[in-house]
Amino acid sequence: MFKLEARPQPSRVMSYASPLIALAITILIGVGIFLWLGKDPIKGLEMFFVEPLKSAQAISELTVKAVPLLLIALGLAVCFRSNIWNIGAEGQYLLGAVAGSWVAMQAGPGTGRWIVALILLGGALGGMVWSGLVAFLKDRFNANEILVSLMLVYVGQQFLDYLVFGPWKDPNGYNFPQTITFLSVTKIPRLMDGYRANIGVLIAILAVAALWTFLFRTYRGFQLQVGGLAPAAARYAGFSSRVALWTALLVSGAMAGLAGALEVAGPMGQLTPYLSVGYGFAAIIVAFVGRLHPVGIVFSSLLMSLFYIGGELAQSRLGLPKAMTSVFQGLLLFTLLGCDTWIHNRLRWIGKPRTAPRRSEEA
Amino acid sequence: MTELRLELTGISKQYPAVKANDGVSLRVKPGQIHAVLGENGAGKSTLMKIIYGAVRPDEGEIRWNGKPVKIRNPHEARALGISMVFQHFSLFDTLTAAENVWLGLDKSISLAKVTQRIREVAQEFGLDVDPLRPVHSLSVGERQRVEIVRALLAKPQLLILDEPTSVLTPQAVDKLFITLNKLSDQGCSILYISHKLDEIRTLCHHCTVLRGGKVTGEVDPTQETNASLSRLMIGAEPPELKHREAHLGEVALAVKGLTLPKQDPYGTSLAGISLELRAGEILGIAGVSGNGQNELMAALSGEDRRSPKGSIELFGRDISHDGPDPRRKQGLHFVPEERLGRGAVPMLSLAQNTLLTRHESVSRTGWIHKSEVVKLAENLIQRFHVAAGGPHAAARSLSGGNLQKYIVGREVDAAPRILILSQPTWGVDVGAAATIRAELLELRDAGCAVLVVSEELDELFEISDRLVVMAQGQMSPSIPAHETTVEQIGEWMSGLWPREAGHVQA
Repeated sequence: MFKLEARPQPSRVMSYASPLIALAITILIGVGIFLWLGKDPIKGLEMFFVEPLKSAQAISELTVKAVPLLLIALGLAVCFRSNIWNIGAEGQYLLGAVAGSWVAMQAGPGTGRWIVALILLGGALGGMVWSGLVAFLKDRFNANEILVSLMLVYVGQQFLDYLVFGPWKDPNGYNFPQTITFLSVTKIPRLMDGYRANIGVLIAILAVAALWTFLFRTYRGFQLQVGGLAPAAARYAGFSSRVALWTALLVSGAMAGLAGALEVAGPMGQLTPYLSVGYGFAAIIVAFVGRLHPVGIVFSSLLMSLFYIGGELAQSRLGLPKAMTSVFQGLLLFTLLGCDTWIHNRLRWIGKPRTAPRRSEEA
Repeated sequence: MTELRLELTGISKQYPAVKANDGVSLRVKPGQIHAVLGENGAGKSTLMKIIYGAVRPDEGEIRWNGKPVKIRNPHEARALGISMVFQHFSLFDTLTAAENVWLGLDKSISLAKVTQRIREVAQEFGLDVDPLRPVHSLSVGERQRVEIVRALLAKPQLLILDEPTSVLTPQAVDKLFITLNKLSDQGCSILYISHKLDEIRTLCHHCTVLRGGKVTGEVDPTQETNASLSRLMIGAEPPELKHREAHLGEVALAVKGLTLPKQDPYGTSLAGISLELRAGEILGIAGVSGNGQNELMAALSGEDRRSPKGSIELFGRDISHDGPDPRRKQGLHFVPEERLGRGAVPMLSLAQNTLLTRHESVSRTGWIHKSEVVKLAENLIQRFHVAAGGPHAAARSLSGGNLQKYIVGREVDAAPRILILSQPTWGVDVGAAATIRAELLELRDAGCAVLVVSEELDELFEISDRLVVMAQGQMSPSIPAHETTVEQIGEWMSGLWPREAGHVQA
């Protein structure tokens, strides 16, 4: 019989291996699902893990999906490490897009490329306003941040809908609920002609470096994390829980808002009600699969965008339901949580099962 | 010859890091008060949990009233007539004391009946327990009383008590001993786990000594001396403490009529606390836990910043509204009662844990110099003889005694002008406790003002120059330690100190 027992110290090896094992198990189960659906599992896996990486074009598309996930998840990692449960990144993402759109719509014939910087700044501010609301309500009234941030997602979506169905509707848009197409001067610069990958990739890389530094090299970052790990220790040390609350929420709001602005002024080029595709929620999984670590999140966001693109490919080429994307996302989180057990625990053989009734001697 | 109540033969238990029990044998007669003596980490608690069915032994045999038994869980143990009061409590925080007790009982009894029975038992044994209070609001001492009452309600044939007296006043200890003797006369066997030699010699009929998981002696404690028991327990006599003449300096800390309403509905309000602490002395605060010590500590450390202006002064400067960090900058350091989760972050390394109270390795721009953090941790580990896997070991991987040495070391090493400690040697083995006490005396001799809250009177008498007592949120006048006795302090712990004289100075 085996016994699960606590390790004296968390296993370093397992904390790195666990996401890989979880991925392997996810793929195995995926194969099972493909078989069950009567599809060739090799072809199915190809859609998810080979096709999206096959060409420069494909990789460029991969980054288009990965960048918003990465940015949002980085901000969420700061929150979750501080024990602040912001699950409304989707709303902050939408508000960032709204704010970025507003800036973009101010552009006129004489506007220069500098407006891109303003759009991004506006996006970050928009996200911060939305997450700042959460921080304010928690700080002032001790309102639960999980509920507030989640509900603000729907408020944000309604607000966006109001704008594109109402005051911001393109007068020449055949009554479609969408804004004007932004002037090309507002377009987020692309890295290379012909590919949709844009400078969001560079911004994301900078953000990874910045947040890694913040979390692991600055005293502020340390204080945040102590507040998350042991609130009583933070009080004892004199670290302010209010500062932690505001910092974590504003950082994550800014990151989500930035992602929203990049999306709306990048691949979208206009604001529509269909902006929300669940990046803000998927980023929660991305953050955890990436161990709440900036570098880990780089890998997990790439993996998650594989799932997104693979799901679309599997739908169009193999006729698989689009829900496969969510199934893979869910499976990955589920298996990861299972594998994480082994970081803090291990199995030990404790001899034969004690089924025999009342035997007096047993080794 | 009478049958043995309980007989253990060759019990072994291997934990991931240590062999907690190694071929332990134990024989308890009916009605016997049997001491199990050993340092923390000697394997006493594990052995008791095996008897109680909470832990299963890897090897060995248990006989109960002559018959071999396998005790698979605490429920079976209780069915046999074994009750246990754990050192670490197994109470649900969100339930009331009565509901907690009710959980372990036959459900045909109503909660009201249980509440009634608790009141009776509490009355009978002088254990002050309010059955209707939720456990999260109870102090450590009060929780233990709930546990004792719970154990007694089951009318056990064998009662296991794990360090039961650490939270009782001397008078309450005497009362408990009367209770235990009464139980023993009725034929109930008692396993009494302790490292307090005096208690074992007064109370117990027989003593089994454990060291490093093995039995190192079986003696009649009434025939032994403290020194001989101590040799069996730690393999050596505890080091003598050097107590030099006190050289009093300026007033370091002055608390002036501090009144502070409780924050938690079941906390204790502080009422007119006054005290004066001088450089170069150790002032001990005695008292049963839950009488306002935690609240006073929070007010002094800066964790609770509600103190009225002018009520707390540090070297003549008002600090009543300062947070913990500004107070540390002015030389006031604090070691809290809870090591894991307050004094240290369990998941973080020892090195990272220095950053809670030490900022030498943080630049003015807020940059952490990692190598300096690690160097500081290495120094602390070396200077205070902390047994740890190195500066990168997680705080929670250390034993209680070693982590406490590390935390106390972290604050002592900061060269404080005032050091305040809450329960500095709670659950710490004898060797580590002696190290910590010696460290405090050295600090005092170097001119630091030291304030110690402890429930262990022996400890307070050993190190303090003066003593005060807290009861019901009030503070007694101070009295030089050599002019008072355990009995007098015990009386004061019930709040019975001369009031008129107490107003002038504490």
